[in-house]
Amino acid sequence: MNLNKLTPYMFLGPAIVILAAALLYPIGYMIYASFLDWNPSQYIGEAEWVGLRNYGNLAEDASFHESMWVTLKFASIVVVLEMVIGVGLALLLDRNIRGMSLLRTIFILPMMIAPIVVGLMWRYMYHPTVGIFNRTLKDWGLEPVPWLSDSWWAFTSVVIADIWQWTPFIFILALAALQSLPRSALEAARIDGASEWQQVLYIKIPLMMPVLIVTCLLRLIDAFKVLEVILVMTNGGPGLATEILALRIARTASEFRELGVAATMSNYLLILLLILTFGMFFYNKAVEARAARVQQRAEEDVK
Amino acid sequence: MPKIRLENLVKRFRNVQVLHGINLEMEESEFTVLVGLSGCGKSTILRTIAGLETVTEGEIYVDDKPISHLEPKDRDLAMVFQDYALYPHMNVAKNMSFALRLERRPKDEIERKVRDVATMLGLAEYLHRKPAELSGGQRQRVAMGRALVRDASTFLFDEPLSNLDAKLRAKMRTELAEMHKMLNKNMIYVTHDQIEAMTLGDRIVVVSGGIIQQQGAPQELFENPANKFVAGFIGTPAMNFLDGELSEVDGRVKAVGTGFAFDLSDEQTARLNGHRGKSVTVGVRPFAIRPGAHAGSTIDLNVKLTEYLGSNTVLICMVGDTEVLVETESGKNPESGETVTMSVAPQDVLLFDNKTELRL
Repeated sequence: MNLNKLTPYMFLGPAIVILAAALLYPIGYMIYASFLDWNPSQYIGEAEWVGLRNYGNLAEDASFHESMWVTLKFASIVVVLEMVIGVGLALLLDRNIRGMSLLRTIFILPMMIAPIVVGLMWRYMYHPTVGIFNRTLKDWGLEPVPWLSDSWWAFTSVVIADIWQWTPFIFILALAALQSLPRSALEAARIDGASEWQQVLYIKIPLMMPVLIVTCLLRLIDAFKVLEVILVMTNGGPGLATEILALRIARTASEFRELGVAATMSNYLLILLLILTFGMFFYNKAVEARAARVQQRAEEDVK
Repeated sequence: MPKIRLENLVKRFRNVQVLHGINLEMEESEFTVLVGLSGCGKSTILRTIAGLETVTEGEIYVDDKPISHLEPKDRDLAMVFQDYALYPHMNVAKNMSFALRLERRPKDEIERKVRDVATMLGLAEYLHRKPAELSGGQRQRVAMGRALVRDASTFLFDEPLSNLDAKLRAKMRTELAEMHKMLNKNMIYVTHDQIEAMTLGDRIVVVSGGIIQQQGAPQELFENPANKFVAGFIGTPAMNFLDGELSEVDGRVKAVGTGFAFDLSDEQTARLNGHRGKSVTVGVRPFAIRPGAHAGSTIDLNVKLTEYLGSNTVLICMVGDTEVLVETESGKNPESGETVTMSVAPQDVLLFDNKTELRL
C-alpha cells in the first residue's frame, strides 16, 4: 500500500533530480549572485554581500533604463510586425497551387539558420560600402544609407533582420492553424455571402485566435532575450541605440566584470518574462475553464 | 420559385471524372432527393449547384439563366451541411444572422427574423449559446435556422440528418417534410439513406458512378426500376436477385433457375418472345414471395434463419447457392432448417439483362 503510493514519485525521481540540477540550481545561483559585489577573479564565497544594493543602483541607472526601453521597443515592434506579416503570408499561401509546398519550405529556411550566421550575413549586407544595399542604392544613383552607424537606422536594421529571421515561425504556426479550421464553416460563410476579406475578418482570424495568442506570447518571450544577431551586427551601438538588455547583461559580466550587477539585470529580465509567462498560463487556464464549463452545460442539457 | 436545370454537367478532379454528364430538371418548389452510395457523385452535384465546386463542362440554369460562373452568394440559395458547419465562435443568434449582417440589413429586421425562425424551430431560449453548448439535434436546428433566415429561393441539404441518432433522425425527417409544405421552396436534398429519399422526395434521383440511373416519384422507382442497381437500392429489405434463364414450358415463356420457376405476365411474355434461352437476372422483392405453392410459379426455399421484427418476420433462406430474403407476416412461420415451397405472382417478377443490367 505504502509502496504503491510511492511508486509514482520513484518514477518521477530521476526527472526531478535532473530538473533541480539543470534548472533550479543555476537560477538559485543567479538569484544569490545578484546580492553580491562579485568580480570574476573571486570565488563566489569571497564576494562581498551587498544585499539589495545592486537592485537599488540599477533602478536609478539611466543606461539600464535606456536598455530596458530599447528592449521593450524592440520586442513590441518586431512582434507586431512579425505577427502581421506572418499571419498575412499564411492567409495568402493557404491554398493548393503547384509548387506551394516548396515555397513554404523556402519560407521557413531563415528560422533554421544559426543566429550568429544571420547576424554576420546581415552585417555584410548592411556594410556601408561593399554591402548589397548601399551598392544597389549607388547603382540607382541614390544616396547611401548609414544602416548601422546612425541610431535610428541601426535600430531599424536590427528590427528588419529579426523580422527576416522570425516571421517564418509565426507563418508556420498560423498556417497550421488555418489548415485545421473547419472547411465546411468556411464554405457556409461563402454561401452566406462573405467575401474573401470578410471570411478572413469574421471567420478565419477569430477561429485562429487561440493559436495566435500563444504564438504571440512565445515570440514576445523570445524577443526579450535576443542577443547574438544584435551582438554581431551592432554590438549595441551606435551609442546605446541597439543595446538590448541581454546584450547589456553580457557586457556587464564580461567587459565590466560585475557579475553581481549582471545577475541582478538577469533577475529583472526574468521577472518581466515571468509576468508574460504567467499571462500565457492564466490565459490557457481561462480557456480550459471556459471549455470545461461549456462541456458541463451541454452535458446537463442532455440529462 | 425558380426552376433549376442541369445540362450535361461534367466534373473532373484532375484526372478523375466524377460526374459523367448529368441532365436533370427540377420543377418549381419540388423536393428533389439525390440518393446513392457514398462516392457516387451526389454530393458533388449539390456542391456544383451551390457553387462550392466549379463545373468542368455543361451548365446550370436557373429560370433559363446560366449561373455556373456566379459566386455562391449570388445564386440565391441556402445550404445545410452534414456537420452543420456552424461558426464555433458565434452564438446561435449570430450564427443565424450572419448572412443578414453581411448584407447590412436593418438591425430590427434582423432581430425579428432571427426571433421568428428561432421560435419556429424551438431555439428561442438558446439564442445566446455557442454551438459547443448545444446538443446534436439543437445544432442541426441552428443550421436549418441559418438557412431559413436567409429566405433564399432554394435550399440545399447535404446529408443533414446522418449525424443524428435514429430516433431524432425520424423526428427531424417529419419536421423537414412539414417545413417543405409550409415554405413551398425548391429543396434539393442529398442522402445515402433510401428511406429518407422515399419519405421526403417528390422526385428521387438515383445516382451511381457519376451518372443518373433513374429519376422519378418514389412509387415509380419502387415499382418500375429501370435497372438492377435501382431495383436493389430502393426498398428494404433489398430485392432478391437470382440467376435464371428464359425457357418455354407448355407454350409459355418462364423464368427458370435452380430451385425456382416463375410464370411471367402476359405483357412480359409477349415482349420477351424472341428471347428464349437467354440468361437473365430475376428480381423478386422479399414481400412478393408468398406462402403456399401456386401452380406454375414456385420457389423452393431452405430456411436458414428467421428474424422476428414484430408484425413481420424476415426469413433468410437459401435457394441453391443464393441467399434470398422473404418478408412474411409473423405467425405460422417455418422453422430454421425447414425447406418450404412458396410462390410469386407473375407481375412481381422483374427481369434484368445479365450484362447491361437493364430491365427487360
